[in-house]
Amino acid sequence: MDFFLNNDELMIQEVVRDFAQSELKPNAAILDKEHRMDLGNLKKMADLGFMGMNISETYGGAEVGVLPYSLGMIEVARACAATAVTMSVTNMVAEVICAFGNEEQKQKYVPRICSGEYSAGAFGLTESMAGSDPGGMKTTAVREGDHYRLNGSKIFITSAEYAGVFVVWAVTDKEAPRSQRISAFLVEKGTPGFTVSKAEEKMGQCGSCTNEIVFEDCLIPSENLLGEEGFGLKIAFMALDGGRIGIASLALGVGLEAIDYAAEYAKEREQFGRPIATFQGLQWRFADTYTELEAARLLVMQAAFLKQQKKPFTTEASMAKLYASEAANRACYQAVQVLGGNGYTAEYPVERLYRDVRVTTIYEGTSEIQRLVIAQQILGRL
Amino acid sequence: MKIVACIKQTFDTEAKIVVGGDGQISDEGVNLIVNPYDEYAVEEAIRTKEKDGGEVVVVTVGGDKAQEALRYCLAMGADRAVLINDPALAGADSRAVSVALAKLLSEKEAGFDIIFTGKESVDDGVGQVPSRLAEKLDLAQANVVTAFELSDGKATATREIDGGSETLELVLPALISAQKGLNEVRYPSLPGIMKAKRKPLEVLALGDLGLSVDDVASKVELVAAELPPARKAGQRLTGEVDEVVAKLVQLLQDEAKVI
Amino acid sequence: MSIVVCVEQRDGKLRKITFEALSEGKRLATASGETLKALLIGSGIAGLADELKKYGVDEVAVVDNEALAAYTSDVYAAVLAAYIAQENPALVLFGHSAVGKELAPRTAAKVDCGLVSDCLAVTFADGDYLFSHPVYAGKAIGSYKVVGPVRMATLRPNVFAVAESEGAGAVVDFAPEIPAAKVTITGVDMASSDRPELTEADIICSGGRGLGGPEGFALIEGLADVLGAAVGSSRAAVDAGWREHAAQVGQTGKVVSPNLYVASGISGAIQHLAGMGSSKVIVGINKDGEANIFNVADYGIEGDLNKVIPALIEKLKELQ
Repeated sequence: MDFFLNNDELMIQEVVRDFAQSELKPNAAILDKEHRMDLGNLKKMADLGFMGMNISETYGGAEVGVLPYSLGMIEVARACAATAVTMSVTNMVAEVICAFGNEEQKQKYVPRICSGEYSAGAFGLTESMAGSDPGGMKTTAVREGDHYRLNGSKIFITSAEYAGVFVVWAVTDKEAPRSQRISAFLVEKGTPGFTVSKAEEKMGQCGSCTNEIVFEDCLIPSENLLGEEGFGLKIAFMALDGGRIGIASLALGVGLEAIDYAAEYAKEREQFGRPIATFQGLQWRFADTYTELEAARLLVMQAAFLKQQKKPFTTEASMAKLYASEAANRACYQAVQVLGGNGYTAEYPVERLYRDVRVTTIYEGTSEIQRLVIAQQILGRL
Repeated sequence: MKIVACIKQTFDTEAKIVVGGDGQISDEGVNLIVNPYDEYAVEEAIRTKEKDGGEVVVVTVGGDKAQEALRYCLAMGADRAVLINDPALAGADSRAVSVALAKLLSEKEAGFDIIFTGKESVDDGVGQVPSRLAEKLDLAQANVVTAFELSDGKATATREIDGGSETLELVLPALISAQKGLNEVRYPSLPGIMKAKRKPLEVLALGDLGLSVDDVASKVELVAAELPPARKAGQRLTGEVDEVVAKLVQLLQDEAKVI
Repeated sequence: MSIVVCVEQRDGKLRKITFEALSEGKRLATASGETLKALLIGSGIAGLADELKKYGVDEVAVVDNEALAAYTSDVYAAVLAAYIAQENPALVLFGHSAVGKELAPRTAAKVDCGLVSDCLAVTFADGDYLFSHPVYAGKAIGSYKVVGPVRMATLRPNVFAVAESEGAGAVVDFAPEIPAAKVTITGVDMASSDRPELTEADIICSGGRGLGGPEGFALIEGLADVLGAAVGSSRAAVDAGWREHAAQVGQTGKVVSPNLYVASGISGAIQHLAGMGSSKVIVGINKDGEANIFNVADYGIEGDLNKVIPALIEKLKELQ
């Protein structure tokens, strides 16, 4: 057992860091303020292979594996959390299509995602009355000959305004047992009857859009069914498991960025005639925060490693997501506190990081759902 | 067309420099990178190949770690790499390095059309190797180049001179040393990094080049290294703008005597 | 034996660095007991020899040939090597200018000798020369010796004091074989500014990100006008496209050592300090009182540069 990254992993980490620091970080505050994504940067990222990191070269992916993906996600998140969430979801859409799609679907959609022909991919799972419980969704897909007719709406859809393809879940058999009630579909942007509706006014990650999407008698060719009918929940869980590694990495990146900034600040900022970092009260905060983030990093790396080795990783991914997002939230809280009044103003980046990190304990499964998943894996279904 | 890019692995430009007890500069814990000016050289080599075809060979003199720098260049898009690695070259001066490179490029890797180098390395900052190599290989050279073009076998380069710039026409084979502004360096793509693993990287010792330890003797010897005296923070001038400015002008005249 | 200074002239005008190199050469020649010689290369430049005599030169060797009208490294190196072969000097000095940076190593390779570039000091003690040269852009200073009969060094401009002195002042012709050039100069574009060149300037006014945009440099130029200064820039301002790279001061730009360096809206990143840390006096103007520039500035003004600089310009104008 060793904890060292190999040369490829180090080089990937370095290249993503260089890119993120030079191209993404300078604009992060602007994208946040103006509530817009930089599609040019998404295309650059796709050109460098960031949008299909764990995808086979056959389908245009970079095929670098899960651990490098996690390392890359941390670096992108340090620079711009809004871009990072777009990257995370887009990678997972490509992975889900690769995992459950047939050959035609894979050939048709995955290269377009990896190459940046589609600026992003999106998932349409959550509904207003079905958040943590996707089995309770209301959107329906009714088979009509060689089509499905979709009706309903989804909320909180990341990247909806610029995604080229959506993985959308809908009920295909409401009489079936809960686990077989829903199916997943591939829906292209611009399909008649499919509209991207209002964007949410969010607290953080404002550069990334989050919209409601609506289906009104939207006809989807039956070949766009992903996997088999009734497989929807299984697909959703797979997407969420993998997504959790991405979001855990994202949270970790934001938390590290905030506390690193605060540490540099504390060494420079003087009060009572000396740098505030020399006060033990602050030193202990830094010690605790860095320890928590390091623990989070080890959990994230472990989950990524297991997935890369094709071993079961559901519990570990949930543990990583739970712990990293909670620890990152605490880190950002501490960072703002260290900066005091300055930390509360938009002049300093920790204000944005504090807002950006908040959602990480909510999306891709709330902390409560992660605990449920972990407990079930350990205790069994009670 | 055979295009050569010469690179050096150097300390990260943000590295903090520490002088060890032996009077030598320590590389303990320092992040190593491809010398930034050499990245422009590699980029220009790859662009030239993309335009006119051929192969890009990256060469360096260095230790085992220098393989990482070469892999980085292969990931950017160079085709193959050669590392001259020999204990006798540890701490080599510009003369020794240029002797080794010249031998490689006049025999084993002969037949090149263009050599690109950085204008200098950011560590010792001497910038001797491009000119020494051009002389040893009897090449036309353009130093500190900010624009380069190749057409009909003729190279045109714009280079910085003190207070302006100069445009040169060079007979091939020629050596071009790159300045910032020559191009915008690409990031290696992730697939590029994966492909780089499969590209050839040859490691040669002095003996493989037909050189002896005496051939690469350094002529410049470091006696000692020391940190420069640290500048201290001076006076902070405070008050209304007019007062502060008047005070500054008075200090510059009477105390510093610089205006 | 002798110390030889390679004279740098452009369009029949001697460069300031040549006087600095001659003055330093004279000091070293006095210490070591060598004679001081100057090698003047060009076309129609024989008349410049008189000016060189003012700096204690014992002999000026003139290579005056139409084929040498334009400097190219391959041809000039051949001329120098021929002269060195004839003279066998102990030390050859160049300016660390655009020409010297290229010509010195090319010549060194031709005569196969050691060269220390960008020297901040040269001393003669115990029968040998010791050269000090900054590494990592001034973050450390190395002392070096050169092994072999011929030593070469390039001297950083603006560091060595110019001093006139007496010398034998003989003028001789030197007519080596001149090879054909491998390079043709097809165009020269000198900056039209009447400001001093950055590395030679006594005063430099530099601006950085704190200027807020390219238009902010109008302030810096106004200040440079009243001070007769060159205009420099931080890397941040160059990367933002506000200023040409030729104006960049720092580790990946120009290394300068003026008498006065005025840094406005420059935070003082370590890479920038590497390029101007050897300035004699540094003034920092920045609205951020915690900016690193204040840790090295002799005089620091925490304030809005849009107010401070115009007031400073007015004050300086009053003095003129």
